Amino acid sequence: MTRPAESKPTLEVVQSGMLSTIQDRGRYGYQRFGMPTAGAVDAFALRAANALLGNEVGAAGIEATVLGPRLKALANTRLAITGADVALLLDGEPFPMWRAVSVKEGSTLEFGQPREGMRAYLAVAGGIDVPLVMGSRATYMKAGIGGLAGRQLRAGDIINAFDAGANGGNAHLRFPDEAIPKYGSEQEVRVVLGPQHAAFTQAGIDTFLNSTYSVSIYSDRMGYRLEGEPIEHADGPDVISDGTPLGAIQVPGNGQPIILLADRGTTGGYTKIATVISTDISRVAQAMPGHRFRFRAVSVEAAQEAYRSQEALLNRVRRSASPAARIAVVMDSKVFDILDAGGEPIALPSKDNATADMPTLRGKTSIGNVAFEFEINIRRLN
Amino acid sequence: MYDIPLFLPAGDTALVVEFGDAISPEVNRKVRSLSDALELRSVTGVFDFLPTYRSVLVYYDPLEITAAELQDGIEGLLQDADEISIASRRVVHIPTLYGGKMGVDIGFVAQHAGIDEQEVVRIHSGTDYLVYMMGFSPGFAYLGGLDERLATPRLESPRTEIPAGAVGIAESQTGVYPMVSPGGWQLIGRTPLKLFDSQREPPVLLNAGDYVRFTPIEAQADYDAILRQVEAGEYRITEEALP
Repeated sequence: MTRPAESKPTLEVVQSGMLSTIQDRGRYGYQRFGMPTAGAVDAFALRAANALLGNEVGAAGIEATVLGPRLKALANTRLAITGADVALLLDGEPFPMWRAVSVKEGSTLEFGQPREGMRAYLAVAGGIDVPLVMGSRATYMKAGIGGLAGRQLRAGDIINAFDAGANGGNAHLRFPDEAIPKYGSEQEVRVVLGPQHAAFTQAGIDTFLNSTYSVSIYSDRMGYRLEGEPIEHADGPDVISDGTPLGAIQVPGNGQPIILLADRGTTGGYTKIATVISTDISRVAQAMPGHRFRFRAVSVEAAQEAYRSQEALLNRVRRSASPAARIAVVMDSKVFDILDAGGEPIALPSKDNATADMPTLRGKTSIGNVAFEFEINIRRLN
Repeated sequence: MYDIPLFLPAGDTALVVEFGDAISPEVNRKVRSLSDALELRSVTGVFDFLPTYRSVLVYYDPLEITAAELQDGIEGLLQDADEISIASRRVVHIPTLYGGKMGVDIGFVAQHAGIDEQEVVRIHSGTDYLVYMMGFSPGFAYLGGLDERLATPRLESPRTEIPAGAVGIAESQTGVYPMVSPGGWQLIGRTPLKLFDSQREPPVLLNAGDYVRFTPIEAQADYDAILRQVEAGEYRITEEALP
């Protein structure tokens, strides 16, 4: 999909909420200059919201921490809200999460307190338009860059969204129920050991994998500090400062682990016992102070398998959201969508390569008690 | 330095390539070779990389490349790395106004070293410092090579706000604050240059592998003149190519 260059004022911030920022997948490619990636702490939730609207994979949305904003729609649009389970009201009526919803110009959307989770994500059809800074729209407040003037949203801000196209797509697309995460107070978090687990005693590694750690109040976009059984180093907590990957679990001298997240510094000098796998970052990002983690070590291969199936899920949702990519059959001037077994429209990879890999669909039907098979061959007409 | 680099998994989307367990120009040269090779010959699936003192953190997309394939690819790069032309190395001059209100701790540093303030300036500006790595915050350069005589402990109580451009010393490190931040370094001077400017391309002034030379500014008026040029986007940094 090519991005339409035009954008228009779509949302007005009436109240800012506690900490609402514009985020995307993060600012990659500049870590070697010391630039933290920033980006959505729960990138999965933001990407799910964008996928529901058929937005580009890297589109920007709003990350609302704990108490979200109050927003007014300045144009007819579609919104999708995911992440923390918050009570949402659109003009006083309950507004559903994890699905695309059409919103009329003049409507007001209000976020309540989360029942579960820390961060809700709002995507707007077309994606939010703020200037790209070093290839990203993510707000990194410490350096005052990205998002709206490098800062959190405040009352009076106008948020532009790219033109989402004429008909606004599949206005009611829902995220598959079974794929909506539950952010309970006890989470198993999978990790790959390393890069520096050799800097710990076997007893230290056993402690880490067999104890329960609770989230301290000193947890933010930079990282989550945990409290629990101290983890024993083999030979001191310091290493020569090196790169800190997303999800790295560093253990300073007090033996209490810290999970490094989106706003982490690019480098650090504490031993890193393990790295949270990418699909489980979301569980960390949504945990509230007092919630507890248990860590389970998995192989790189198992972690990548989980990553691939999550990417496949997001791609499926995104394709279903794109109206032009849906397959419909016109008979007697009536349009019939072709649905899969889950009741979702079957979609082609994208409208841009609608000439490639046209499927032949095989189906079964019955007339009376006689069963029939049929095939639909799709051929290009023009 | 290790005989063979270590490949250490850092989760499912990053890999550490570690060349040794010491801060040394030899180990860091290996790091730079790989970093240059990654910059010049893009490797499928690699979407970011970060060279540090003794290792390179390579971020990759497992949808495009497996960990084993990435390791093969990097081993291939390392074999050719010595032939891959390393971007020409340079000494970047950082004009610095030492002492006075720009470097309020220079007296303490001098006293700690048992020398006078002029001698602190002469020693500090008389060394070319290797940028071992960039990190911690945007535009911050980890410099190696501070004369041991200038090594000074950090402040007992960190300051809540240190201006961008402040030049300081902490233990055996010296460096420049790229942006306003709290900190506990002993401040000996300030540069009018912007080590980080998000509106500039490239946004950071220094790269790993550069050398830095602090060149004393004589008077406040000269500092102000450079600052005006920097703010107008007209300042050209002085740099020398290394042989």
